[in-house]
Amino acid sequence: MKHTLAVLVENRPGVLTRIAGLFARRGYNIESLAVGETEDPTVSRMTIVVEGDEKVIEQVTKQLHKLVDVIKLSDISNEENVDRELILIKVNAEPQVRAEIMQIVDIFRARIVDIGRNTLIIEATGDSGKIKAIETSLKPFGIRELVRTGKIAMVRGPKVKNGKNNKSLSF
Amino acid sequence: MEITGAECLIKSLEQEDVSVIFGYPGGAVVPIYDALLNSSIKHVLVRQEQAAVHAANGYARTTGKVGVCMATSGPGATNLVTGIATAYMDSIPIVIITGQVSTQMVGTDAFQEVDITGITMPITKYNYLVKDVKDVPRVIKEAFHIASTGRPGPVLIDIPKNISDSKTKCKPHEKVDLRGYKPNYVGHPSQIKNASMMINSSVRPVILAGGGVINAGASEYVQKLAYRIQAPVVTTLMGIGSFPTDDELSLGMLGMHGTPAANQAVTNADLLVALGVRFDDRATGAVEKFAPGAKIIHIDIDPAEIGKNVRADLPIVGDVKLVLEELLKRVEEAKHAQWLEQVKQYRQATPLKYPKEQLTPQYVLQVMSELAGSEAIITTDVGQHQMWAALYCKFTRPNKFISSGGLGTMGYGFPASIGAQLGCRDKLVIAVTGDGSFQMHMAEMGTAMENNLPIKIILFNNSCLGLVKQLQYFYCDKRYNAIDFRCNPDFMQFARCYGAEGYRITSTDEVEPVLKEAFGSGKLTIIECLVSPDNLVYPMVLNTKGLAEMEL
Repeated sequence: MKHTLAVLVENRPGVLTRIAGLFARRGYNIESLAVGETEDPTVSRMTIVVEGDEKVIEQVTKQLHKLVDVIKLSDISNEENVDRELILIKVNAEPQVRAEIMQIVDIFRARIVDIGRNTLIIEATGDSGKIKAIETSLKPFGIRELVRTGKIAMVRGPKVKNGKNNKSLSF
Repeated sequence: MEITGAECLIKSLEQEDVSVIFGYPGGAVVPIYDALLNSSIKHVLVRQEQAAVHAANGYARTTGKVGVCMATSGPGATNLVTGIATAYMDSIPIVIITGQVSTQMVGTDAFQEVDITGITMPITKYNYLVKDVKDVPRVIKEAFHIASTGRPGPVLIDIPKNISDSKTKCKPHEKVDLRGYKPNYVGHPSQIKNASMMINSSVRPVILAGGGVINAGASEYVQKLAYRIQAPVVTTLMGIGSFPTDDELSLGMLGMHGTPAANQAVTNADLLVALGVRFDDRATGAVEKFAPGAKIIHIDIDPAEIGKNVRADLPIVGDVKLVLEELLKRVEEAKHAQWLEQVKQYRQATPLKYPKEQLTPQYVLQVMSELAGSEAIITTDVGQHQMWAALYCKFTRPNKFISSGGLGTMGYGFPASIGAQLGCRDKLVIAVTGDGSFQMHMAEMGTAMENNLPIKIILFNNSCLGLVKQLQYFYCDKRYNAIDFRCNPDFMQFARCYGAEGYRITSTDEVEPVLKEAFGSGKLTIIECLVSPDNLVYPMVLNTKGLAEMEL
C-alpha cells in the first residue's frame, strides 16, 4: 500500500540528503518526494509517498523520526486529506487537433500556458488519479516532454500538522 | 576579547570536561593542535587514525565519559571511518573532530579534501560541518549532548581550516535546544503494568540483557528482577557483564556461539524479557525459529529497534533503568522451581567443553580470568579468541568486557585497551587478541609505551585466521583459502624492540606462573600463546538453523 508521510524538518543544507540516504540504505522506495519551506522559514515540509506493507512503513517512520533534523512526522494516509500534484505536459498540437486538445484541457480544468508552432504546454493540478488521466488522454497526440512535481498533501479540517501551530492548538 | 576558532573549540571541549583526546595531526588541524598546546587536555598521539577512534571508544566504555578523537582532513578522516562505524553499531558515545579544507576550497577537490560528513552520514548519530566560527560553542555543546543521551553514538564535527583560524568572541553556549531530538526515557505506565502482568503469569521466563543495560547503568535492576522472579538470565555479547556470570541464574551468552544452556532456555521459554537488545542475527539465529514459544517483552530506548528484527508482543520504549525501576514496583516474587530445574539440566547435559590435552585459548582464558579478578578490564579483538573470551571469562561487573560486537572489527582490541588504560590507570587492563587481529594495529605498541601503559596483551598465535578457517571448515567443505600467515613476526622480538616485555607460553603448566609474573609487572607485555590452528569454537549454530540446533 502507498503511504503519504508529512515530515517537518529543519530547513538547512544536507537535510534532504539525510532523508534520501536513509531510504536508499535501508532499501525503502520513495514513490515521490516534494519539499518546500513552510510558514516558518526555519522549517521545511516534505511530503513523501512510500510504498510498503505495515512493517516497512513502521520502520520507515521510526527511522525517519530518529534523524535529529526531523522535527515531526505523521502518516496521513488514513486521514481525510487534500492531495495535489502539478504536471506540465508539452504535447504535439498540429492546428487541426488543437480544438480537440483544448476540449480535453477544459474537461480536466487544466490550462494552456504556452503555444508553440506545433506544440502546446498544458498545466494541470490535481490528485494522482486526475494527473494520470490527463496524461493518458493526451498521449495519443504525442507527448514531447513531461514534468511533474511530487505529491503534496494536507489534512482536511481544523487539524494542522506543522509543529508550531500544533503546539499552540494543544495549549 | 576575540580568540581563534581553534582556541574556542578547545575551550568548549574543556567545558565539556574533556581530559584526553586521541588523535593524529595534519595540515587542516594545525591551528587546533596549536591551540591544544595551551590546554590542560592531554593529547595521545596514535600511529594510525583508526586506532584513535577505537581508543576513544575503549575510553568511553570504561570511564562512562564521552570519548574524543581528532584527525586531519582527507585520509586522516577516511581512516576514522571503520572506527566510527564500530562505535555506531555498538552505541558508544564518542565525539570525532576532523579538519577540513577552508570553506572557499570546499567542493573543489582540494588537496586532502573529502566530504567526511557525507561519508559518515550513515554511521554517525549526527554530524556537523561548521561553516561559521560563531557556531563552534553551540556545535560542541550539542555534539556532546547528542552523543551521550538517548541511545548513545558517535557524533562527528568537521571544521574547515579557515574557521579554526578566524576570530570569535566564543560566547559559551549554555542550553541545548534541539526540537527534533527528544529521547524518551520514561516508559509508558500502562505498558509497564501490562508487562508486569505478563511476567507475573509466566511459567518459564528468561531475561535477555543486552548492551542497553550497560549503557543505562541498569545492571543492578536486572539482578533485582532476576532474583525477584527467579528467572535465568542470558546476555548478548554486548550485554556481557550486565549480570554476574558466576551467579546461579546466569546462563551466559546466547547466539551463534552462545552457551547451550542459554540457547536452549531461550528456545523453550514462555516469556522473554528483552532489555536493551536489538536482536542481531548473530544473537537470534534463524529468526523464525527464535524463542518460538515465548511472548516477548522488548524494552529499549530506541523505538526503531522494536519490531525491526523480531516481533515484540509488548514493547516499552524508554531507559531500561527507569523502566525496570517502575516495573519492579509491580512484579511479584516467584520461584519457578520446575523451570529452573529444567534449565539446570540443560546446563548439566551440555556443558561447555574443550580439548584438555593441549594448550588452548579456552584454558588460558579461564586461568587468566581467575587471576585478573573482577576489577580487571578485558578488551578483545575479533575472531575465535573473542568468542572464547565471551564464553570462558568471568564477568561480574559491567563495563569490563570491551569488544566490538555489531561491526566485528578486527584490530579493535588493542587500541581500545589503550583508551581503557588511559582512562583507568589503576586497573589491570588486558587485551585478548589473535595473530590476525593484533597485526592490524600492532604499531600502537609505540603509543602504549610512550604513555607508560602497562597493558597485558594475551596473543593467541595459531598462525592463521581461525574463525575464517572455521567458516571454511563448515561451509566450504574444508577448502581453506587465504587464512594462513606463513610469515608472522617473532612477537617476542617485536615486544623487545619497543622496550616492552614478552613471554611465550607453549604448554598448559606454564600458563599460571607466566600470567602471575606478567600481571605483576608494571610494563607493557605481550604474552604469546602458541596454539593449534585446528581448534574450533563450539557450540556453533550454523546458517539458517535455530538456536537450539547447535553443533556441540
